[in-house]
Amino acid sequence: MKRYVPFRIGNISFLMNYRSIAYVVGLVLLTIVLIILSLGIGQLNVSPIEVVRALFDSSTDMNNLVVQSFRMPRVLMALFAGAGLAVSGAILQGMIRNPLASPDIIGITGGAAFATVGFLAFFSDRSNTLTVSIQWLPLASFIGAIVTGFLVYFLAWKNGGIKPMRLVLIGIGVSAAVQAFTTMIMILGPIFTASRANIWITGSVNGANWSEVWTIIPWFFLLMAILFVYVRRLNVQELGEDLAANAGSLIQRDRFMLITLSTSLAGIAVAFAGGIGFVGLMAPHIARRLVGSSFGSLIPVSALVGGCIVITADLIARTAFAPLEVPVGVLTSAIGAPYFIYLLYKSRNQ
Amino acid sequence: MWKGNFIMIEKNKGKWIGLGIGSIIVLFFMWGSVIWGLTKIDTQMVIDSFLRFDGSNEHIIIQDTRIPRSLIAAAVGASLAMAGAIMQGITNNPLASPSIFGVNAGASFFVVLGITAFGMTSLMSFTWLAFLGATLAVIIVYSLGTLGKDGLTPIKMTLAGAAIAALFSSLTQGMLTLNEQSLDQALFWLAGSVQGRDLNILTAVFPYILTGLVASLLIGKQINVLAMGEDLAKGLGQKTWLIKVLAALTIVLLAGGAVAVAGPIGFIGIVIPHVARWMVGIDYRWVIPYSGMLGAVLLLIADIGARYIIMPAEVPVGVMTAVIGVPFFIYIARRGINE
Repeated sequence: MKRYVPFRIGNISFLMNYRSIAYVVGLVLLTIVLIILSLGIGQLNVSPIEVVRALFDSSTDMNNLVVQSFRMPRVLMALFAGAGLAVSGAILQGMIRNPLASPDIIGITGGAAFATVGFLAFFSDRSNTLTVSIQWLPLASFIGAIVTGFLVYFLAWKNGGIKPMRLVLIGIGVSAAVQAFTTMIMILGPIFTASRANIWITGSVNGANWSEVWTIIPWFFLLMAILFVYVRRLNVQELGEDLAANAGSLIQRDRFMLITLSTSLAGIAVAFAGGIGFVGLMAPHIARRLVGSSFGSLIPVSALVGGCIVITADLIARTAFAPLEVPVGVLTSAIGAPYFIYLLYKSRNQ
Repeated sequence: MWKGNFIMIEKNKGKWIGLGIGSIIVLFFMWGSVIWGLTKIDTQMVIDSFLRFDGSNEHIIIQDTRIPRSLIAAAVGASLAMAGAIMQGITNNPLASPSIFGVNAGASFFVVLGITAFGMTSLMSFTWLAFLGATLAVIIVYSLGTLGKDGLTPIKMTLAGAAIAALFSSLTQGMLTLNEQSLDQALFWLAGSVQGRDLNILTAVFPYILTGLVASLLIGKQINVLAMGEDLAKGLGQKTWLIKVLAALTIVLLAGGAVAVAGPIGFIGIVIPHVARWMVGIDYRWVIPYSGMLGAVLLLIADIGARYIIMPAEVPVGVMTAVIGVPFFIYIARRGINE
């Protein structure tokens, strides 16, 4: 029996084996179940069947309103933010060939945080009201993420190329620098800005609305589509520099594209949901456990796992401590950090 | 023994002279830290404030603000730099330093935990919490670093430190989002500053720092051996684990004491040991004292600079050291470290 199914449409080609396809289908179903559960649970509990009916406008008015206008955007935002961070992490880990890399560690999230805090402080007048529309905030965060990503990239450039490890180290340094500036702005500005910025830095999907969701979705799918053109190159990157060069890969050009994609995916996620920690680290690992490290299947599985993690974490964050709402980033970090230590412990002999 | 020391003095005349000049520079900047700032103060006033204290604004500022600040900056700068030098020596990692290995983040986490969970508010209680957090972070990173067959490579160790730092800081942020009031209190501490710290805080922690300082001067010779590589050190009959444990204790005393007094201040521990090695070579018997001296000078200068940049407000000194330190960090990372 043939174990692999090749997908080939022009430039796009990747292999998936049947097991991976089964996992993708299974995870899609799991995601749908989680979405329905998450839509139903809250201050107003709606049964799963009513949730499905509410989605088609045929439940009570109250249910329709709560499910469609309040909870749906939030859940979708959690899904796409989680997926974006997860894929971003998967790309970085593949390229850097180190399981410990993730967008939070190399400073992409930190750069976005700096831009956000800067935006809040710079465009506030004396009475703490913003002088420009809050609509521009995601753009500022996105620019922050992208600029930091490229700053790290260019600082790591030496002798006509970048070495992945150098990229990580410089990322750590840049990340520390932007963190120092973020703290400075928070201290010098009013406490109101500080607390607002702090929630953003921790990461939260509270208050997501449909217009934001409709902004993130096309970007997400556009970036994913471009990524699938590059999947086979990412596979080659993971073999290491020499082998990749022998396989005829234009290593540095591919790296540049992959970093752009990774930064953009993390950028759109943090722009709307803030710095939800450790998802970019955890999700690709779990995905690799499930389907191995061929990126054709790893990328979609990572995305789904990332989405599931954030949806679940957000569900717990808003219900477990009710009426208090914990930012979802606290929960993902609380799970992610011990997982990370476990990974370190496991990789001690390599 | 005595004769040996004498030979060391003869052979290293230049380095001893350097140490002497360095100490004078430290004293000069400590004096500068007392007299420069928003309130103009001259030497006569400083002397008067000791001999004929008259309760004028200037005298109060000298006694309560400037002198503590100057002493704290010197002590904290020296401790951080010496801790960094020892870390770099025993881990063979040119990027090792208290801030990169999560010591600052660990201390911040415990301080914020103390504020939110136990309602602590005094700077003195923050001091002990910070000490505790710093110790915990050193233990975690250190034990992760010595696990396994040949331990973690420098790069893995740096990543481990960065991740521990990320862990602590995201937990800190999480707690702060839940409690806005504590954010207000904690931000002041989290900035990392040598300003507004009471001299009592320094005197409370000083015995630990002093022990650390003395220990780090004594341990230099052993670190020289260890820095040649663990196998070689063992071959020469060194009990490497003992030295590593002693070094870890010293780091805890120095870095923990520093962060307890001044809050998280980064990058001194990275930059200074490199400068020291550039000046005196790789002999840790010299690198460590030189690091202490240069660290004190750097933090004093950074703190004086912090007063002038956005006068009358002040830049947190942690930001100043980051501005100085990050380009340096990037330079070292670009030059390459052995993987």
